[in-house]
Amino acid sequence: MDKTVPSLAEAVKAVPDGAVVMIGGFGGSGAPIELIHALIDRFRETGSPKNLTVVNNNAGNGRIGIAAMIDAGMVAKMVCSFPRSSDPRAFTEAYLEGRVALELVPQGTLAERIRAGGAGIPAFYTPTSYGTELAEGKPVAEFDGKPYVQERWLKADVALIKAHKGDTMGNLTYRLAARNFSPLMCMAAATTIVQVSELLEPGGIDPEQVITPGIFVDHVVQVTNPQQEEALIREGAVH
Amino acid sequence: MKLNNAQMAWRAAQDIQDGAYVNLGIGAPEMVARYSVEGRTVIYHTENGLLNFGEAPPAGQEDWDLINAGKRAVTLKPGASFFHHADSFAMVRGGHLDVAILGAYQIAQNGDLANWRVGSKGVPAVGGAMDLVHGAKQVCVITDHVTKDGQPKLVEACTFPLTGVGCVTRIYTSLAVVDIAGGRFILREKLAGMSLDELQSQTGATLHTEGDVADLSVPEL
Repeated sequence: MDKTVPSLAEAVKAVPDGAVVMIGGFGGSGAPIELIHALIDRFRETGSPKNLTVVNNNAGNGRIGIAAMIDAGMVAKMVCSFPRSSDPRAFTEAYLEGRVALELVPQGTLAERIRAGGAGIPAFYTPTSYGTELAEGKPVAEFDGKPYVQERWLKADVALIKAHKGDTMGNLTYRLAARNFSPLMCMAAATTIVQVSELLEPGGIDPEQVITPGIFVDHVVQVTNPQQEEALIREGAVH
Repeated sequence: MKLNNAQMAWRAAQDIQDGAYVNLGIGAPEMVARYSVEGRTVIYHTENGLLNFGEAPPAGQEDWDLINAGKRAVTLKPGASFFHHADSFAMVRGGHLDVAILGAYQIAQNGDLANWRVGSKGVPAVGGAMDLVHGAKQVCVITDHVTKDGQPKLVEACTFPLTGVGCVTRIYTSLAVVDIAGGRFILREKLAGMSLDELQSQTGATLHTEGDVADLSVPEL
């Protein structure tokens, strides 16, 4: 078994038009910049993939990453909890002009919906958002005397993930707080594509240290010395 | 005379017990960490997936993979741990946090909180606020007592969109410390130089008292 692919372009070549794409990261921490930019490059060359629904905690920052996807015109909808950033122009303009739709989800509900999607749980009840406008239209039920809101699972066609170490079987570790949504998204996508800084042979990661088991991973591509989104934004980078 | 953000944060910090697990909202609530009471160990949680983080590193030494929910660079204390987002919010909703401290636009006398948007214009953003108001054993607010225009923030019923229903239990304002119980504001402390009538005139719902009202005294900060 070898899940490695030789290039970023190869890794993202099968993402279809209209796909739901989960993208790991919280702000710049854990953002798979190289995979995102490979997807944008493919769109610029071929016009595909377009009409994407992107799931991420945020909605892009500056002129790179998800913001550059929006600028390129390949995003139809964002599913996120906090579509603001230090430089939110790309999403703000697209949203206010009606070019990109928004499904706003409380952060913990977003995480749990993704987890549920990966775990085969079609719906669950949470106290979060009860009595607020984000609960409108959702079923409410009482458990032990308290009201809870029903939320549905969230699944994706593709997940784009940045990990630290990965082996050829797809076992992964993450760096510091860059873990955030990524282990959940690996579980919830039909095809999970991961960029790793260090690519190892099976056994190269201590089994006790594996965070995402390879069963949740389909393709692994090595990107040594990956770019860090926040650092790029502070440099004023544009893709 | 009113307390500044640092003084409100200092006052809130005095109530955090040794060994508490605490989540601080972005902005003024974050300042609470600066005023941890000596001799008490407080473990701070940040929603993006980290327990027991410390202050920002010196400028130029940031590692942008090591950030808090406000996307500021932080450091690790001994005994820190990382976890994914679903575990992080399990800590929140599952009743494992002792205290959550948030900011507010309005707080109603029944504990309703409005702190995520003031109208229907612009780009809505909620983050983890709606999650944080459920599950922590104590949900507290740090806020100016009135808005910049002098309108009360402590009200009978919120007019801004709600973050949560009946969730706030204690409010640290620039003028007073107020508890919420039984659908009422209960005044615990007020600035020594201020009469109850003066304070009531800046409050949008009745302030009840139960026994003595203590002086709200804080150091110069």
